[in-house]
Amino acid sequence: MLRNSIQHLDPPLLSSLILLSGLSLVVLYSSGGEDPDLLLKQGIRIFVGFIILFAVAQLSPQTLLRWSPYIFSIGLILLSMVLLVGIVGKGAQRWLNLGLFRFQPAEIMKLGVPMMVAWVLTRNPLPLRWQDLFVVILIVAGPTVLVILQPDLGTALLIAAAGVLAIFLAGIGWRWIAVLTVAIGAAAPMLWTMLHDYQRRRVLTLFDPWSDPLGAGYHSIQSIIAVGSGGVNGKGWLNGSQSHLEFIPERSTDFIFAVFSEEFGFVGAALLIGLYVFIVGRGLYISFYAQDTFSRLIGGALSLTFFFYVFVNIGMVSGILPVVGVPLPLVSYGGTSMVTLMAGFGMLMSIHTHRKLMPQ
Amino acid sequence: MAKIRIKDYLRETTLIQSRLVVASIIVVLLLSSLLVRLYYLQVEQHSHYATLSRENRLSFVAIPPARGHIYDRNGIVVAENLPTYTLEVIPDNVTDMEEAVDRVARLIELTDVDMIRFQEALKARPGFEIRTLKSGLTDEEVARFAVNQHLFNGFQINARLQRHYPHGEEMVHVVGYVGRISEDDLSQIDKNAYRGMDYIGKLGIEAYYERTLMGQAGYEQVETNAHGRVVRTLNRVSPVAGKDLHLNVDLNLQQAAREYLGEFQGSVIAVEPKTGAVLAFVSNPAYNPNPFVNGIDTESYKLLREDVGRPLLNRALHGRYAPGSTVKPIMALAGLEHQRSPGHKVFGRGWFSLPGSRHRYRCWKKEGHGWMNMHDAIVQSCDVYFYTLANGLGISRLHEFLTRFGLGKQTGIDLVGEPSGLVPSEGWKREARGEPWWPGETVIAGIGQGYTLVTPLQLAMVTATIANRGERNKPQIVQAVSDSGSDTKQFLGKQNLEQVSIRNQGFYKLIDKAMVDVMHGKRGTARRSGLGAEYQIAGKTGTAQVIGIKQGATYNEKNIAKRFRDHALFVAYAPVDDPKIAVAVIAENGGGGSRTAAPIARKVMDYYLIGPPPPEEEVEDTKKDAA
Repeated sequence: MLRNSIQHLDPPLLSSLILLSGLSLVVLYSSGGEDPDLLLKQGIRIFVGFIILFAVAQLSPQTLLRWSPYIFSIGLILLSMVLLVGIVGKGAQRWLNLGLFRFQPAEIMKLGVPMMVAWVLTRNPLPLRWQDLFVVILIVAGPTVLVILQPDLGTALLIAAAGVLAIFLAGIGWRWIAVLTVAIGAAAPMLWTMLHDYQRRRVLTLFDPWSDPLGAGYHSIQSIIAVGSGGVNGKGWLNGSQSHLEFIPERSTDFIFAVFSEEFGFVGAALLIGLYVFIVGRGLYISFYAQDTFSRLIGGALSLTFFFYVFVNIGMVSGILPVVGVPLPLVSYGGTSMVTLMAGFGMLMSIHTHRKLMPQ
Repeated sequence: MAKIRIKDYLRETTLIQSRLVVASIIVVLLLSSLLVRLYYLQVEQHSHYATLSRENRLSFVAIPPARGHIYDRNGIVVAENLPTYTLEVIPDNVTDMEEAVDRVARLIELTDVDMIRFQEALKARPGFEIRTLKSGLTDEEVARFAVNQHLFNGFQINARLQRHYPHGEEMVHVVGYVGRISEDDLSQIDKNAYRGMDYIGKLGIEAYYERTLMGQAGYEQVETNAHGRVVRTLNRVSPVAGKDLHLNVDLNLQQAAREYLGEFQGSVIAVEPKTGAVLAFVSNPAYNPNPFVNGIDTESYKLLREDVGRPLLNRALHGRYAPGSTVKPIMALAGLEHQRSPGHKVFGRGWFSLPGSRHRYRCWKKEGHGWMNMHDAIVQSCDVYFYTLANGLGISRLHEFLTRFGLGKQTGIDLVGEPSGLVPSEGWKREARGEPWWPGETVIAGIGQGYTLVTPLQLAMVTATIANRGERNKPQIVQAVSDSGSDTKQFLGKQNLEQVSIRNQGFYKLIDKAMVDVMHGKRGTARRSGLGAEYQIAGKTGTAQVIGIKQGATYNEKNIAKRFRDHALFVAYAPVDDPKIAVAVIAENGGGGSRTAAPIARKVMDYYLIGPPPPEEEVEDTKKDAA
């Protein structure tokens, strides 16, 4: 089928992803206390991520479409298992120990849910009918609730976002959007009661972090101080006092943007955001020119989810959104989200590079 | 399926594409909002956050100063600071405190008291402040913990200075003690001045001279990380050690006086009349102040509090007693001041009655003293003479005259919480009791009974005033102050109080003579205690009733429980021609003053004026004698 596998990679997207990964290593070196082991681990993850990207890019969109229901089903089964093990083990459970390695089934759903939504929507002509809408809402809500129960608010949010964005792209009527918004608004109080105390406190302290500067507001305050004290040009690489003196919590993972902005200032932050804009824009461009509905939906949904990650994370670090456990994509330290994200970019590349091979 | 819809690819494409455009616009808008937010934080508000960030990492760590030492008159240290190892914790750095403390307990013995104190400390202050889990670790415990240090995040062993009183029990009623700063203390002190300090003077000299002893805290400006761990020191201002105190009190004399008082509850006070210097200040029983430094456990405290001897009570300062016959020399002076002739005689027949009353005010000597002039009445302590004198003068004049000598007022000693004692008057009784003054109350006031209350310290100071011919000084425990480690003493000097005004200074000679005869005269009540003295002593015995004796009944010591027995009092000064020491002794339930109190005073004076007795001295003859 392929003469040259390079053809299935998108050079603009690939190079910006490599640039971002490089940046990740630079910031991690500073935030991790100049620990080479940390860099090595992240380096290996990035390498594995690119291999997965490469592998997924080789699959045609048709293959991905065919696999969608299976991926979703496997994800759903694993999520339920995690929950059961969690109930038995009496405690929060996010990981499934498969003997050889541990992994987080919720991550599968970040891809599984938008794929399944796109799969359902492709079966019937768009704009979608209300019966389909009902089905896809179930597809989104089911895994989201399971993940909330784990409880992992951040991941649940991302899964829901991926599904909802796919539905949005499918052309759901603005009237429906209005109805759903109202419905979610009405469900919010119910959701509120389902939240854990610490989660509620985080939302509340968003409105006034200084009300509890040493408790729930601590993360927010220290992170805002780090960002603000960076100024226009930043304190310089390895010179961020907020991060090096350990005032920023989770400084290599969720709050890595605070470290970055402290050391590289507004100029650095704007450039980083620019890089993200380019990646998201490229993803949307690929989706726009995709050749079938499934590709457009899944490509658009994944690009927008990626943006959603960035927005929620930077919003949280700069204190305009509550503290939820959403990492800064491809920059934060950590393995599982890296794999999912890279697989997503692999799909985008597949969409773009398989166009010419498809019959017009 | 009701109907099959044909896929309209073009329509689908434009639909999704238009949605992608909408999404792109939203993306741009949201990103702009992020950029605006970052611009606001990093450009507009930069200086504000830059300041916060600086303050975050710079902090001031207070360095406690060494508290001043306290030395006795001869330079013997009575309060010092000893290095001790303490196990301390910053609670914020411990994930599971209960579990961690359990593990600590396997290495270091933690008593219930340690635990209770620690639990209280945990609640008292915010979690990032350090607090003590246990102090006074042994070397072995320190070593055992140090090896396992890495297992105890948030715990650390520090060397601290801890107050120690090497002559604890002997000096506690003088020196007092320091204790950990309590909630109460916090509301009364300048918290900034006490930064880094754990202890504050609670009692005695430690409390009175707190500002002199405490010193001045230094500080280090340090860069810390979020856990409060010091990364580096930027600036240091050294603490200034507290000043040392040098007491007037002579530890040796104090120890001797305590020994002479023996089993008796009571007090012995010796002062230098010319200066008011307090040479000995004994209150018996006493207690060991050292456990109070870090907080005494409730069990031991309860034992001390419920002890019938009330060791916690500083009798020398707070004890209030009827002065008994020790007041007679001043009564005599009052008579002289108010034109009573010293030669005027009163017939002592064993009792006194007010005109028109059958109530008999008895003399301690049942058969009576016969005709007595002022001199003899003092020497033989004739009650009837003084009943008559007091009745003639009236309570107002008595009150006014006793007040001239400082009775009923604080002496102004450098100790906290001194009571004023009580010299009754008509006005006082109306106000305090809501009752009129009865003539009979004047009669018994003449022999120091009734409402009159004096502290042992007042008794000593009044005696010193007589020795001084009316010159009054503030009693002073502390003699001098010096900078830490310096030999240059800054003497506080004597502090004069208002001189006793009296018509004729010559009156003192008459009183002197009578008081000398108490000791050295043939009929003196304390002649046994004056025997063989190498110097001349002026003294006066006294007995303070603890229970009233019914009309017609006799006081029989053997039939009375010990705690209801009379208190024995004695005051004296010597040598008479140049008084160097004035002494007041109160032996609670000691019976007569001449029998128990006078010999103690004599020994104290001997010790001070002649020197320590040879080791194998015969115990003084303490046969029953007239009071």
